[in-house]
Amino acid sequence: MHERVTALELAIKKAREKKDILLMTHIVLGYPNFDDSLRVVEDMVNAGVDLMELQIPFSEPMADGPVILKANAEALKRGATVEKSFEVAERLTREFDIPFLFMTYYNILYCQGIQTFVDRCKAIGIQGCIVPDLPPSEGEEYLDAMHAAELSPVHIFTPNTPESRMRHLSDNSSGMIYCVARKGVTGKDTAFSEDITNYLSLCKNTTELPLAVGFGVKSKEDIDYLRGKVDIAVVGSETIRVMERDGVGAVKGFIETLVT
Amino acid sequence: MKNSGYYSQFGGAFIPEILVPTFDELESAYLTAREDESFWQEYLDIMSTYSCRATPISRLDNLTEQLGGAAIYVKREDLNHTGAHKANNVMGQGLLTKRMGKKRVIAETGAGQHGVATATMAAKFGFDCTIYMGAHDVARQRPNVFWMEQMGATVVAVTEGSQTLKDAINEAFRDWVSNMDDTHYVLGTACGPHPFPEMVTWFQSVIGTEARAQMLERNGKLPSRVYACVGGGSNAMGIFSGFFDDKDVELVGVEAGGRGRGPGQHAARLAYDDATIGVAQGYKTYFLQDRDGQMQDTHSVSAGLDYVGVSPILSYLHESEQVRFEAASDVDVVAAMQKTVRNEGLIPALESSHAFAQAYAEAPGMSPDEDILINMSGRADKDIFTVADAVDDPKWRQFIIDKAKAYSEDMNNA
Ligand SMILES: Cc1ncc(COP(=O)(O)O)c(C=O)c1O
Repeated sequence: MHERVTALELAIKKAREKKDILLMTHIVLGYPNFDDSLRVVEDMVNAGVDLMELQIPFSEPMADGPVILKANAEALKRGATVEKSFEVAERLTREFDIPFLFMTYYNILYCQGIQTFVDRCKAIGIQGCIVPDLPPSEGEEYLDAMHAAELSPVHIFTPNTPESRMRHLSDNSSGMIYCVARKGVTGKDTAFSEDITNYLSLCKNTTELPLAVGFGVKSKEDIDYLRGKVDIAVVGSETIRVMERDGVGAVKGFIETLVT
Repeated sequence: MKNSGYYSQFGGAFIPEILVPTFDELESAYLTAREDESFWQEYLDIMSTYSCRATPISRLDNLTEQLGGAAIYVKREDLNHTGAHKANNVMGQGLLTKRMGKKRVIAETGAGQHGVATATMAAKFGFDCTIYMGAHDVARQRPNVFWMEQMGATVVAVTEGSQTLKDAINEAFRDWVSNMDDTHYVLGTACGPHPFPEMVTWFQSVIGTEARAQMLERNGKLPSRVYACVGGGSNAMGIFSGFFDDKDVELVGVEAGGRGRGPGQHAARLAYDDATIGVAQGYKTYFLQDRDGQMQDTHSVSAGLDYVGVSPILSYLHESEQVRFEAASDVDVVAAMQKTVRNEGLIPALESSHAFAQAYAEAPGMSPDEDILINMSGRADKDIFTVADAVDDPKWRQFIIDKAKAYSEDMNNA
C-alpha cells in the first residue's frame, strides 16, 4: 500500500464495494447561474452520481473544448467570482454526502495565494483538486500544501504519457488518477473500443490509486465499456449539452439513463 | 525540482500533461540546433537569400535636424520579406520543424504579420498551415488575411473571449493538444511556455547582433538609447540582446498606452501599474488581470501590441531595471507615424510607431553628440485601413465607397 491514503481514496474504495463503476460528473460553477448550479448538483446526487468535479471559471481555459469554454465565459459574464464559487461549494459539501473536487486553472490558485486556496478547500470540505495546467515540477508549493492538509491533488495520465512519467505523476498524486481517454480538449467524441484497452491496462499497472476516465464519455454504452476496467467514469461536457438543449430539468433524467 | 526556463521568478512551463512529451521533443531539438553551428549557418543563409538580412540602418536626417537633439537611427526590420521582424523567428522555427520531421504548422497572429510570415514559410517548405486569428483582428487586418489565404493557409477567425491575440493563442494550443504528432506550433513572440521565450529570442537576436556592429562601424560608438515596441516582446528582445553587455546603452521598451491608464484602456503591462503577476497561456509573467486572476480586456490602436501578457524575460529585465518601460498613447503613435512618413518617407507599422513616438519625445532633450536607435519592427502596408481612418482621409473613404459600389453592382448583375 502506498503511504498517502486520503479521505477521497477511502471514499472511492468504499463506494466501489457496492458498485462496479462509479460516476463522476462535472459542472462549471455559476453556469448558467449559481441557483441552477445548486439545483443541478441536487438532481445529479439524487440520480445516483458518486462524486463531482466543480469547475471554478477561468477566462483562459486552455485545456477545455467549446462547450466548457463557453460555460466558463458565460459564468464570468454573469458575475461569477472565486468568492461565490467557494460559497456555493461550501453549501454543496454541507448538503450532499458525496466527495467534491475543484477543477480549475493554476492562475486562480496563484492569485488567491496557494496556501490560502488550499486552506479554504480544507475548511469547506473540498476533498481534492484537478489543475490541468500545473505539472508537478511547477507545483511544489501546491503539492506540499495539499499533502500537508491531507487533501488529494489529482494528476492526469494521457495516451502520450510514457510509463516512467506515469509513475512520477502517481507519486505526486493522491485520491485518484484522472486518465484522459484521448488527445485533444474536452467535449469531443471518443471511440471506446479495443484501441484504448492497452492504454488503460498500462495506467492500471502503473498506479495503485483508483482510476477515473474522462473526455468523450457520454452514454451508457461508454460506461459499460469502462466497467471492470477502471473505477470511475467521468461525464463532463455532455451534461452541459443536455442542459443547454433540454433545460436544467433534463439533467436528472439524463443521469438516470447512465446509472441504470 | 523546477523546470528550466526561469528568469528570476518569471517564465516556466505550465502546460497540459498531454503536451509534456511534445515540449520535451521541442526543447531537445532546440538545444541540439543551438549546439550545431551548421544550423545557424543554414539559418543565416536562408535569411540572406530569402529575406533581406543584413537589414540596414538608416539615419533620419530631417527629423534629427527638426527635433534638434540626439541623432536618430533606425534598424530596418521592415525590409524583411513579408515586412516585419516576424520572418526571423518563423524561418528559424521552420528549419526546426523540418528537423523534427513534422509536416504541419499552426500559429496565432494578432496584426497578421506573424500569420503571413508563417504562411510564407509553410508555402516555401511545403507544410500544411492553419492560422488562428481573433475575429476582431480579422476585421481590422483584412489585407494580411487575404495574403495568408492566397498562400494556401487556412485562417480561423476566433470568436471566443476578447477575439484578439490571447484568444488566438488559446485556440492554437487547443489545436496542438490534438495534433502534436505531425504539427509544430510556431509561437510568434517571446512568450508562452519554455523554451519559446528563449528560442524566439535566439532567432530574433540576429537583429541586435547586426545593429550593434552597424552602429559601431558607422559612428565608432554605440547609441545612448535603443527603443523597441513591446507586444509579446520578440522584436524588443531581439534588438536588446545585442546590447545587454553594454552598460552605457539604455534600453527602452515602449508598450501600448492606448487611451490612457485604467482597466481596458491600454495594453501596458510594465509601464503602468495595472498588471499583476499571474500564470496563463503556459507561463508566469505580469498580466492585465483582475483580483481573481481573470484576464481583462486590453486596447491598442495596433493589433500586434494588444495583448494581456508580456515576455517573462522582459518582466525580469523590468524588475532588475535593465530595461526602462514607457507607454505611448494611440494619438501620439499615429502622429509619430505621420511625422515619419512625411519627413523621411519611411512607413513604420503602428506597432513600431510606438517606439518612434517615445524616441521623438526624448530626442530633443538629449545632446547632439548622442545617437539613439529605433527598431522599426515592420512596415505599415497592413495598417492602411486603420491609418486612413485615423487620419480621416476623404479620398480613401471615397475610394472604398466606389469599390463597394462596383462590387455590389457586380453581384446584382451576376
Ligand atoms: C510590426 C510588428 N511589430 C511588433 C509586433 C509586436 O510583437 P513583438 O512584441 O513580439 O515584437 C508585431 C506583432 O504582431 C508586429 O507585427
